Amino acid sequence: MPKHDTPLLDELEKGPWPSFVTDLKRQAATKPECWDILGQVELSYKDRITHWKHGGIVGVFGYGGGIVGRYSDVPKQFPGVAHFHTVRVNQPSGLYYSTAKLRAICDLWQKYGSGMTNMHGSTGDMVLLGTTTPNLEPLFYDLTHDLNQDLGGSGSNLRTPACCLGKSRCEWSCYDTQALCHFLTNKYQDELHRPAFPYKFKFKMSGCPNDCVAAIARSDFAVIGSWKDDIRIDQAAVKGYIKGEFPSNGGAHAGRDWGKFDIQKEVLDLCPTNCMWMEGDTLKIDNKECTRCMHCINVMPRALRPGLEQGATICVGAKAPILEGAQFATMIIPFVKVDADSEYEAVTENIEKIWDWWMEVGKNRERVGETIQRVGLPTFLKVMEVEPLPQHVREPRSNPYIFWQEEEVEGGWERDIREFRKRHAQ
Amino acid sequence: MGYNPDKPMEDRITDLGPPHYGELMPPVIQKNFGKWLYHEITQPGVLMHKAESGDECWTVRVGAARLISIDHIREICDIADKHCGGYVRWTTRNNVEFMVDSKAKVQPLLDDLKSRGNKFPIGATGASVSAIVHTQGWVHCHTPATDASGVVKAVMDELFDYFTSMTLPAQVRVALACCLNMCGAVHASDIAILGIHRKPPMIDHDAISGLCELPLAISACPLGAVKPIKATNSKGEEVKSVKVNAERCMFCGNCYTMCPAMPLADPEGDGIAILVGGKVSNSRAMPKFSKLVIPFLPNTPPRWPETVAAVKNIVDVYAKDARKYERVGEWAERIGWEKFFEKTGIPFTIKSIDDYRLAYDTWRTSTQFKFTSHIK
Repeated sequence: MPKHDTPLLDELEKGPWPSFVTDLKRQAATKPECWDILGQVELSYKDRITHWKHGGIVGVFGYGGGIVGRYSDVPKQFPGVAHFHTVRVNQPSGLYYSTAKLRAICDLWQKYGSGMTNMHGSTGDMVLLGTTTPNLEPLFYDLTHDLNQDLGGSGSNLRTPACCLGKSRCEWSCYDTQALCHFLTNKYQDELHRPAFPYKFKFKMSGCPNDCVAAIARSDFAVIGSWKDDIRIDQAAVKGYIKGEFPSNGGAHAGRDWGKFDIQKEVLDLCPTNCMWMEGDTLKIDNKECTRCMHCINVMPRALRPGLEQGATICVGAKAPILEGAQFATMIIPFVKVDADSEYEAVTENIEKIWDWWMEVGKNRERVGETIQRVGLPTFLKVMEVEPLPQHVREPRSNPYIFWQEEEVEGGWERDIREFRKRHAQ
Repeated sequence: MGYNPDKPMEDRITDLGPPHYGELMPPVIQKNFGKWLYHEITQPGVLMHKAESGDECWTVRVGAARLISIDHIREICDIADKHCGGYVRWTTRNNVEFMVDSKAKVQPLLDDLKSRGNKFPIGATGASVSAIVHTQGWVHCHTPATDASGVVKAVMDELFDYFTSMTLPAQVRVALACCLNMCGAVHASDIAILGIHRKPPMIDHDAISGLCELPLAISACPLGAVKPIKATNSKGEEVKSVKVNAERCMFCGNCYTMCPAMPLADPEGDGIAILVGGKVSNSRAMPKFSKLVIPFLPNTPPRWPETVAAVKNIVDVYAKDARKYERVGEWAERIGWEKFFEKTGIPFTIKSIDDYRLAYDTWRTSTQFKFTSHIK
């Protein structure tokens, strides 16, 4: 495969940030199709438009997702990328790897693909970029037989679930996000590989309200760790922060002189519910008023920790703006125990209630958050068999247009207009 | 052994799921799982997590392009084998984390990383700009309105000092999506770089009946701008097709997603919008959407100078003006969006006034506002 001149892309070899152009050129030494990636992208830089064709349905037998078809619209110029399908490989929970596992993936992709990857795709998969249709079945055979790994999701199915690193290396995680993510991914393999939904459906699991996987912004079903009891306080460490023995926010602001740590200004005054105060040098928290925003814990990680009665809040229906506008997930279940011994029943029963309903009433390409918008939150709460709570809304409705049910109204809706006219002239 | 094309179903294995994470974590992580006490960032890019056992996990975080080669991954493996017992992880923002179990092992790891040119920039901790999460762009996608990897590279070159330091009022999360589908879900980012189209789709009457289900193409439009018509193809034959009422088109591209005979990408029409002030964390304020402040910047490869300058300006003004802990959106809301436009010097245009769904919620229904230079 000939080298292509890439004067525009070469400009992206300059500067301090790692250059994907330099990396592609390096890989081209052993995977010459990388020259054709560079060539086609250079052409896009010149033309200021993509040169990939729309779609193309390819896959491995028995799966409806996991491979995304991709073809060049200038295949004669760049035969190395004429077929350039994407393979999504399901990532391990928390994105931890042994080098043995990673090298095996690299060898697989050396054999069957372009040598280029995304670590990782937006949803969380390892994304292998660029292979041909004839290579798909052999690649899948080796992936499952030799690497003991599987594809992720694509299309109108359960997308590959993803989580934050949870309890593996974070002191704030209120449940084991990795275990739940692994369990749900395995439990719902059929839904992941064989599209049967109106549209995509995403699970994301964050261990605390800091929400490092952005579950509340981009998952149809978000499980976000939280706690019910009191924030744990180490008063000696509080004094340590006040005296300046420990850096605020775990040292996150150490690059600039923000002055001496001021617990009043930096913690108490920034508490959204004003539920903290000092009595002498003792920190007090009125935990009944706390909404678990995490700010005070973030600022003083040695002194404050989430409570011990831990679980999760379930929020439903987030999505990016296409089509009806962006939505955050709506809080539906205030608190569940995330419990491996019960096989996470409190989580799975809610998932399955949503699916049973959405698969019936959801329209083609309608995310569950849009279905909820269409039918209204009250209807969805009935579907979920959840008692309406003041916590479900930021504020009560300001219009009086209630969809009363006939059985709620004394005497029902059947009335006789002639009886009415006897007392009320036309 | 291996795949036998004559017997494709022989020995087939499916539905394996992902590998179990347990054996893929370093021993210090496995041992102290769920028993961490606190963490501290000891210098930019270096985190120490302290466990109840007294053990420490030291993590060195480095940036990476999301688009990386297997040779690059193998180099990461070489480093992990040499320093980290053969374990490594990625963050949700495409950074790579090398973990060691004692402070003494940190400096040799840092020295090694620094010896490898600009491949492994150390940073992305605390009040910094972390790596930009992004989509495929011209490298691999069929619907983009801009490139992804190139814009990200150019912006990160400019923001590099913010990546390797911790001088900002809070973390700044930058994200890029190369079209309105937003595979990158940039709608809750401190700064979102978003590829947009500005020309309505063209209709390929020669191809449409073979490529598309017309009812799906018609119902794909959220504004009812796609209507069925009888058209004439290039052979002079009458065919069933569609037309687009351009006045109602909001350039979302959903019709093209459903129907390949309705392409809308264009070198002049496409470009970048900038949205700011989103967040996903519940810390202090509730999660917020990003708001559109710059409706259009042109696609100017290879280094998108207009976009780079716009992002840098917003970060610089925020860095100077915001209070400690304030995210970009919290800062803008405290000072008022009218002040945000004044301080950043970004011209306010009618295109920042919402006229789509739920728009009314964003209009000012109060006499409370600040007199800025906008009011003559």
